[in-house]
Amino acid sequence: MPQTSFRTRRRLLSADAALKWSTSAFAALILLIVVSIGAELTRESMLSIRKFGLDFWVTRTWDPVQDQFGALPFIWGTLYSSVLALLMAGPVAIGIAVFLSELSPQRLRQPLVFLTELLAAIPSIVYGLWGIYTLVPFVRQLELLTPDWLKSIPLFAGPPVGNGMLAASLILAIMVIPFSASVAREVLKSVPISQREGAYALGATRFEAIKAVLFYARTGIIGAVMLGFGRALGETMAVTMVIGNNPLISTSLFAPQHTMAAVIANEFSEAASELYLDALVEIGLVLFIITMIVNSMSRILIWGMTRTRKSPKPATPSARIAEAV
Amino acid sequence: VNSTRLRKIKSNLFVSFCVLSVLLALTPLAFIFFFVVQQGIQALNLDFFTNMPAPVGESGGGMANAIVGTLIITGLGSLFAIPIGVLSAVYVSEYKASRLATATRFAADTLNGVPSIVIGVFVYAVAVLPVKQFSALAGGLALGIMMIPIITRTTEELLLLVPSTMKEGALALGATRARAVFSVVLPAALPGIITGILLALARIAGETAPLLFTALNNRFFSTVVTQPMGTLTVQVFTYATSAYKDQQRQAWAGALVLVSIVLTCSLLARLATRRLERMRGF
Repeated sequence: MPQTSFRTRRRLLSADAALKWSTSAFAALILLIVVSIGAELTRESMLSIRKFGLDFWVTRTWDPVQDQFGALPFIWGTLYSSVLALLMAGPVAIGIAVFLSELSPQRLRQPLVFLTELLAAIPSIVYGLWGIYTLVPFVRQLELLTPDWLKSIPLFAGPPVGNGMLAASLILAIMVIPFSASVAREVLKSVPISQREGAYALGATRFEAIKAVLFYARTGIIGAVMLGFGRALGETMAVTMVIGNNPLISTSLFAPQHTMAAVIANEFSEAASELYLDALVEIGLVLFIITMIVNSMSRILIWGMTRTRKSPKPATPSARIAEAV
Repeated sequence: VNSTRLRKIKSNLFVSFCVLSVLLALTPLAFIFFFVVQQGIQALNLDFFTNMPAPVGESGGGMANAIVGTLIITGLGSLFAIPIGVLSAVYVSEYKASRLATATRFAADTLNGVPSIVIGVFVYAVAVLPVKQFSALAGGLALGIMMIPIITRTTEELLLLVPSTMKEGALALGATRARAVFSVVLPAALPGIITGILLALARIAGETAPLLFTALNNRFFSTVVTQPMGTLTVQVFTYATSAYKDQQRQAWAGALVLVSIVLTCSLLARLATRRLERMRGF
């Protein structure tokens, strides 16, 4: 009966459309959330944007009593601590990724992957607690042991308080290592085996073969390290607990300083005036924009590597999840 | 000959550097675990789970309110995030090539990278400021927003793993696409979806920053979701910087409980993935 089949088809088609429209509403909701984060933060910081304009970003004074707000010390602190963390974490993360994907004995690999994942699972607040009671006293000892001639260099100047840039960047480095390492490992996995075999066939040593692999995977590796950088930029609790929360621009590793995320966490619920609150929201807005740019760039770099993967084996679910999270 | 030796030395140096990196990363892990367990065990007892915080200066007391608060707020977050996460993943995996799917994937990745403190500010602006009231609901909303991208991305990956023959079989029997997805594909991917939810829970159960000015804190026992509510993380934060030894001890105990919760979630997630891998023959 042609009519029934026509009706059946219509039924199927409308059911399909229902599925499509209802699920697409949820997908669109995610887009909406991201867009409204940007919009809301802009709207709520209008007072500050109007009053200070671009000066907000180059002014050093942060004086809530006088309603004078300049965000430079916080931008400086965020960038400085994250760059320092990047310098420390980058090489170590690449080293771990190389070890796990190229050198590790098969039996060690799974347990080591698991342990590095544990490092990523520890809550930020626990890092902070550990930082206050173990890392900061350790850093203070380090500062006490610093010889005077070294202290005359601006990098190591200042009284030994423990709380400060060094403690913050150390804790950030520890926290971002597992992220960069796991993504870098995925990137290395996507390098065709022929790259290694070719190098070995030419008589390369292990280092030379791995160098070839790293060169092949360079964009993805840079992406992996940048992803860690993005994490470091927005990290809040652990940093605020050890950095000293002092709006100061200094190159000294020993000086207590401040970051964008930390000032929001500390002062948001105490902000007495509208302008004060809007200034803090504006810091949040810029943090949002910066991390979005850094993350998008690193995603593009990583995608470029892993999307064109020619490895014969399909990725395992855990690899896919590692990539997704 | 010399250059060969030099090359070998270089190679060995590099290998040692890689081994050293692994050790360098594992040292803080060992330290943190050691301290959290050692300090936490001392302060952890039944009182911690059943008693309310003691008045400042008095010893004893516990975090019963904060533990319940954490459960309620993460529960609210899940309630909000699971439907959105799973259904958007259905869309993204069913209509892979559509422009909205690509945009959603990108949005989910972006959302995943947004600092948790920024999410806190956003939720403050949309859920606290308009009603002039800090609330557990706002805290749940903040945590939910953080859970969504994790659930979406893992669910999507795992839906793609379900053999397409299963869905085709259902379609061939005359099922609608919706029927095929909800009665065949989703149940087959269920262990994977649960994994994604567990991973998301592990990520957000330890979050502090988004709760600071949404759920705020509450020294008293409360299950009213429209009122401020204490959580383990915020409580640990307030006690961590306290001058009182007793509160510091409680902070460590709280940290131990937090680490246990987070590790249990990620361990369960891992086990579920393993089973999935074995089932699919990886």
